[in-house]
Amino acid sequence: MNILNILEEIEKTDAEVYERISPRRKAMAEFYGFGKKIALASIPFALGTMFKKAYAQTASADVEAVLQFALTLEYLEAEFYTKGVAAAGLVPAGPALGAITTIRDHENQHVAFLKTALTSLGKTPVSKPTFDFSAGNGSNTGPFANVFSNYDTFLAVAQTFEDTGVRAYKGQAGALIGSGGVLTAALNIHSVEARHAAHIRQMRKARGANIKPWITGQDTGIGAIVQASYAGEELETQAGVKITGINGQMISASAATEAFDEPLTKAQILAIVDPFIV
Amino acid sequence: MLFFLLRACFFPLLKNNSKPFESGPRRYSQSTEHLKLFSDMENLTKKDEQIILQEQDILSAPLQRRSFLRYAGAGAAGIALLAAGCKKDGMMIDGSAGVNLGSGDVGILNYAYALEQLEAAFYIKVASSFYSGITEAERSLLSDIRDHEIAHREFFKNALGSNAIPGLEVDFSMINFSSRDSVLATAKAFEDLGVSAYNGAGVLIKDAGYLTLAGKIVSVEARHAALIRDLISNGTFANSEVIDANGLDKSRLPMEVLGIAAPFIKTKINANDLPKS
Repeated sequence: MNILNILEEIEKTDAEVYERISPRRKAMAEFYGFGKKIALASIPFALGTMFKKAYAQTASADVEAVLQFALTLEYLEAEFYTKGVAAAGLVPAGPALGAITTIRDHENQHVAFLKTALTSLGKTPVSKPTFDFSAGNGSNTGPFANVFSNYDTFLAVAQTFEDTGVRAYKGQAGALIGSGGVLTAALNIHSVEARHAAHIRQMRKARGANIKPWITGQDTGIGAIVQASYAGEELETQAGVKITGINGQMISASAATEAFDEPLTKAQILAIVDPFIV
Repeated sequence: MLFFLLRACFFPLLKNNSKPFESGPRRYSQSTEHLKLFSDMENLTKKDEQIILQEQDILSAPLQRRSFLRYAGAGAAGIALLAAGCKKDGMMIDGSAGVNLGSGDVGILNYAYALEQLEAAFYIKVASSFYSGITEAERSLLSDIRDHEIAHREFFKNALGSNAIPGLEVDFSMINFSSRDSVLATAKAFEDLGVSAYNGAGVLIKDAGYLTLAGKIVSVEARHAALIRDLISNGTFANSEVIDANGLDKSRLPMEVLGIAAPFIKTKINANDLPKS
């Protein structure tokens, strides 16, 4: 089997092998030229070195991409709660303001933590984008235009951010396999976002929303405007195992969907947060 | 199951006896070791019978258990003898080593299955007779959590198939199920522990699909933890008991988690083969 066949074989399972080896395909042409000049026996060594370099770089780039993505989402949440706490008369003093302040502090800590993590990996943290929390793409007249003057709108956006954040981290976990501490840190942030989500949902319930700390079906408890953040949560089957009524247990369809939170891809998340980023 | 016991345990027993088929009825008195085995058997009969019945957890109804014994054509003592033999020879049932979770991703899934068994058993007990003074809202929320934990437990059982550990025997003797404080304090401990367990197990999982599945469950456990904490004291959903100065939740490795859970689980669990990194 010559090297071209080997690469073809790899391409069957890894369609992006050429891009991994070099983002520019012309590098492959260079490699072929290089291959002609060296003795046949040394090709396995050259190949191994090339792959090691290619996949190591890819892994590192993946980890960086996840951290930069997470940082962007944490910037969004941190500024949202910072503005919410600062908006006079928005969040009632007492337990409500206490909870929102706790959450704000966590999001700011996440921002600082992710920046430190990126810096320690030799990467430059992305800058904080300019946000439009009305979801108006910079017009500030989007559907949530009263987000910092209407408490219920504020809580609805908060719930959506938290539930979406949970789905975002979950969707990136697989990309962090082998990253050790980075994966654990991401998981440790992920469950904090879920705790936030549960509390915000209870805050909304206390104000009359028909909602639980967990996500039932793909119910938003808010309206169609945030449906993209809940689409897919209605899954009743996990890894081929039907959860509703599993093994004769009285597990309703609602409970089956509540018992498992679903991930979203990076592309799905970016589409959801796009209206909030100028 | 019995067939497996016979294959796994009886043959080694025979192997240890010299000329077993020639020794006749007196072979159990041929050495003091066998006498000791016999007295051990007396002591262990009840415990081992329980272990064997737990192996049969899938046939959980008492009638089915009786049917199993009848079908097996052996009394409990007979099975216990085999089990004692297994114990002596360090075979599949070993009271000191405990139920082995296994290795690799299967081991981690069994570890999660063990924790979900504990949580499900707890909430089933809670919901079978709610504490006094419970509100309608609390009743509804705790019933939901019970269903979620049963769903998790059954999911792992099915996903693991023949690799699944048996049903574990729990010990809730230190919980006062008629007391709101006792029930919620225990629920909080279990939920926070569950969150830290899944968080800590993430790096031990090799398969991306399993990792995502663990992620699908851990955020629900975190929602439970937040709710239970708020029921105890509103606003404690993510306080400094569980969240550090970096805004990170806790993560714990399996040995630490199992140590904390141990007082609530009668069945000994052997986690020695779980991945270490």
